[in-house]
Amino acid sequence: MIGILLARGMLIGILAGLLAFGVATLIGEPPVERAIALEAGGGHDHHDGDHPDGGHHDTVAPHEHAAEGGHHHHGAEAADGEEEIFSRGTQAGWGLLTGLLVHGAAIGGLFALTYAYAQGRMGALGPRGLAATLAALGFLAIVLVPGFKYPANPPAVGNPDTIQQRTALFFMLLILSVAAMATAVVTARRLAARWGSWNAGLAGGLLFVAVMAAAGLVLPMVDEVPEGFPAQLLWRFRLASWGIQATLWAGLGLGFGWLCDRAQARDAGALRRGDRPALF
Amino acid sequence: MVHAATHTGTTTLALPVISGAQLLPWAVFGGLLLVLMLYFVGAEQGATSLIQGREVHEFVHDARHLLGFPCH
Repeated sequence: MIGILLARGMLIGILAGLLAFGVATLIGEPPVERAIALEAGGGHDHHDGDHPDGGHHDTVAPHEHAAEGGHHHHGAEAADGEEEIFSRGTQAGWGLLTGLLVHGAAIGGLFALTYAYAQGRMGALGPRGLAATLAALGFLAIVLVPGFKYPANPPAVGNPDTIQQRTALFFMLLILSVAAMATAVVTARRLAARWGSWNAGLAGGLLFVAVMAAAGLVLPMVDEVPEGFPAQLLWRFRLASWGIQATLWAGLGLGFGWLCDRAQARDAGALRRGDRPALF
Repeated sequence: MVHAATHTGTTTLALPVISGAQLLPWAVFGGLLLVLMLYFVGAEQGATSLIQGREVHEFVHDARHLLGFPCH
């Protein structure tokens, strides 16, 4: 049964990744292209009009770092030295699709393993309710809340010299957030018998919020937005990032719940007979 | 206080509990492979590299940015 759930999760994850690719193409790529254009123009000419006096070459730091570090390149930047490996078209097309499908499959698989453990342990929820609940909690713990502290950044934002620290901080907060959410859910389930499910849920929610608020206060701030980078562009990029993630998680939670709900009676029959349940 | 499971049409069957012992090998081996997949999309050839070069980073570049991973 676990293998079947895992296969369902990865399959729905791939489909959700495909949906996310549609959203990414529609609302994610335009801000990425604009950021790359600003980045490419940043060290040379300020055609974009963000620097009226045109003389502040030293304010757009990331580009200078990139030239020194030599590993920071987009197709659009190929002019300044190193050969481009993939064109912008490939990065925005097959590259983006591959990334989102692999990410979707992996998140779908991990989601399915979590679902396998949670089923029958989360009260009276059926497959659809359980999958939707887990996806909502997963989105909160893996995307939204850690993203308040270390949000998504477009090209041109971020200093390549600090990638080690930023990556370490990002994954540290991610692991802490998942652990805090798991602890909150287990605590709420334990308390539910005594306090009732509403109050137990509130206690679990409070625990998660307290841990994450403390982490947000303690962990160092990262502020590497170059001077003059348009605030509106940064906002649109981050909004697009959340939109893509929300699509992925909603597609996963609702799709997985739908698939398991329609297979529920057949799964139960197969398990009673000792057969292997079918994928669909 | 009992929560009635609202379920249109069919009656709700209790979902079967899967024991932790049964789940453990799947969680360990499956989890490892799945996390490795996330690593390749999210972090390979950024802060750390298993494979020399920048090909993986450059290919999934846009997905990495848009999914919110630190890219460069």
